[in-house]
Amino acid sequence: MATWLYRRPRLVLALMLAPPLLYLLVVYLGSLLAMLAQSLFALDDYTGQVVYEFTLRTYASLFQPANLDIILRTAGMATAVTLACALLAFPLAYYMARYASPQIKVALALAVVMPLWASYLVRVYAWKTILAKEGIVSWIAERLGLGGLLDALLALPAIGGPSLSVSLIGTFVTFVYVWLPYMILPIQAALERVPPSLLEASADLGGRDGDTFRYVLLPLAFPGVVAGSIFTFSLTLGDFIIPGIVGNSARFIGLAVLEQQGTAGNIPLAAAFTMVPIVIMAVYLLIARRLGAFEAL
Amino acid sequence: MTRPQAPWWLRLSVVGVLLFLYLPFLVILLYAFTIEDAAFTFPPPGLTLRWFGAAWGRADLWAALWLSVRVATVATGAAMILGTLAAAAVHRARFFGREAVSLLLLLPLALPGIASGIALRSGIGLLDIPFSFWTIVIGHATFCMVVVYNNVLARYRRMAPSLVEASMDLGATGWQTFRHVLLPVLGTALLAGGMLAFALSFDEIIVTTFTAGSQDTLPIWIFQQLTRPRNRPVTNVVAIFVIAITVIPILLANHLTRDTGGVAGGGK
Repeated sequence: MATWLYRRPRLVLALMLAPPLLYLLVVYLGSLLAMLAQSLFALDDYTGQVVYEFTLRTYASLFQPANLDIILRTAGMATAVTLACALLAFPLAYYMARYASPQIKVALALAVVMPLWASYLVRVYAWKTILAKEGIVSWIAERLGLGGLLDALLALPAIGGPSLSVSLIGTFVTFVYVWLPYMILPIQAALERVPPSLLEASADLGGRDGDTFRYVLLPLAFPGVVAGSIFTFSLTLGDFIIPGIVGNSARFIGLAVLEQQGTAGNIPLAAAFTMVPIVIMAVYLLIARRLGAFEAL
Repeated sequence: MTRPQAPWWLRLSVVGVLLFLYLPFLVILLYAFTIEDAAFTFPPPGLTLRWFGAAWGRADLWAALWLSVRVATVATGAAMILGTLAAAAVHRARFFGREAVSLLLLLPLALPGIASGIALRSGIGLLDIPFSFWTIVIGHATFCMVVVYNNVLARYRRMAPSLVEASMDLGATGWQTFRHVLLPVLGTALLAGGMLAFALSFDEIIVTTFTAGSQDTLPIWIFQQLTRPRNRPVTNVVAIFVIAITVIPILLANHLTRDTGGVAGGGK
């Protein structure tokens, strides 16, 4: 029987591929298409029921000020988080790629990845604890005499709040914390691929350290940054847990989706909202591919 | 070649970032012992062990834990079978639509969780299936399968293709080849993928929020606790436990896939 199967590789292939493929196609892809279909329907204002007619009304309603506000706020947060992660990740990635001995490198790689595996929800909750009004950050600020600075930060319009854990600043810090390992690893991988001889050549040709960094190292590390940014940007766009736990009640896309499909019963709008991160990420991925990020992953 | 020494400010920033990454865990640990039950005062006004006892006594916590374990087990089991099949198929042959299949197998991890979640909810709703244990499993199995697929495929790629042929040449039946040649080679990758999938399923909340009915998995339980102002340290106790449950399998999985990639003569 085995020989019979061996001589019919296509049959074996089909048999092997069928279960997972069917599962994915039907369950997953089918659902995605169903959602896309839903976004092309609309909610009847009077009856509150979904009208199964093809219309672009739901997408048009995304441009209403309230909804546009949500989209822009989420995109803005995603950008800020990505930039902050890149800044924080770079020194560590640089150290790991250029200065760490092989043993330290392995230890550091593990140390960077471990937080990712220690339950996302717990890590967010930890920051709610840290940023609370009576928590560690306030305590440190008092001790260092920076209490005034903290109050000034909290007094900032739109991003401030009664305490860090109910402000957009707090949301921002939590986002940066949770996604940081995703940014560190691709940058480190990209930096590793830079041959040291290139940097030596640059120094030989008279470049100072700063110039070598700016004109040789940074451009070569950039694909890694872009690769990491794919994660931070995409994860922030869709997230509803973090803004729900640490933040004021300002709406993000994720929260809006949850709200719309839940109590409001407005599945078409929820679906339309969900398409926004998908479309943004599709465009982002196309640009990232151009910039060579996929080789750096 | 001697390794150059890093400048002091670089080393300082490395330590700083590492501290940033790990201090929150220490904070969680600390607040599991605080006397207060609703605030996060620092430093804690007192220390106590009573929250451990309180957590032990909560029936809803045990129910949530048990549900999470069951979901993770079933989802991982299905994922291991489906993922291995998919990896074997994609690796063995070039067939029409192979690129598309690879992309399809990437989607559950690449798309934002909320997209997967609401898509599944729409799909399940359209088919009028009630939200239950099985809908949670379906949601989890989707990305668990992708995780197992990635691990097994990576191991396949490092395996010498001639091994299977050699085994058949030497007269082994298909089953014998599978048991004595393929399984040992794939074994640790399969195990690693499975443990990774288990940990991911155990921790999953975004997709689960959409595909669960009235059931609470452990992450959902934690999430609901966070909006309740009482007995907060119980959440910390649970958090410590959850960290252990998810980190240990991952560490094991990492250890298993670290070195072995093939067998002797695997360079051909």
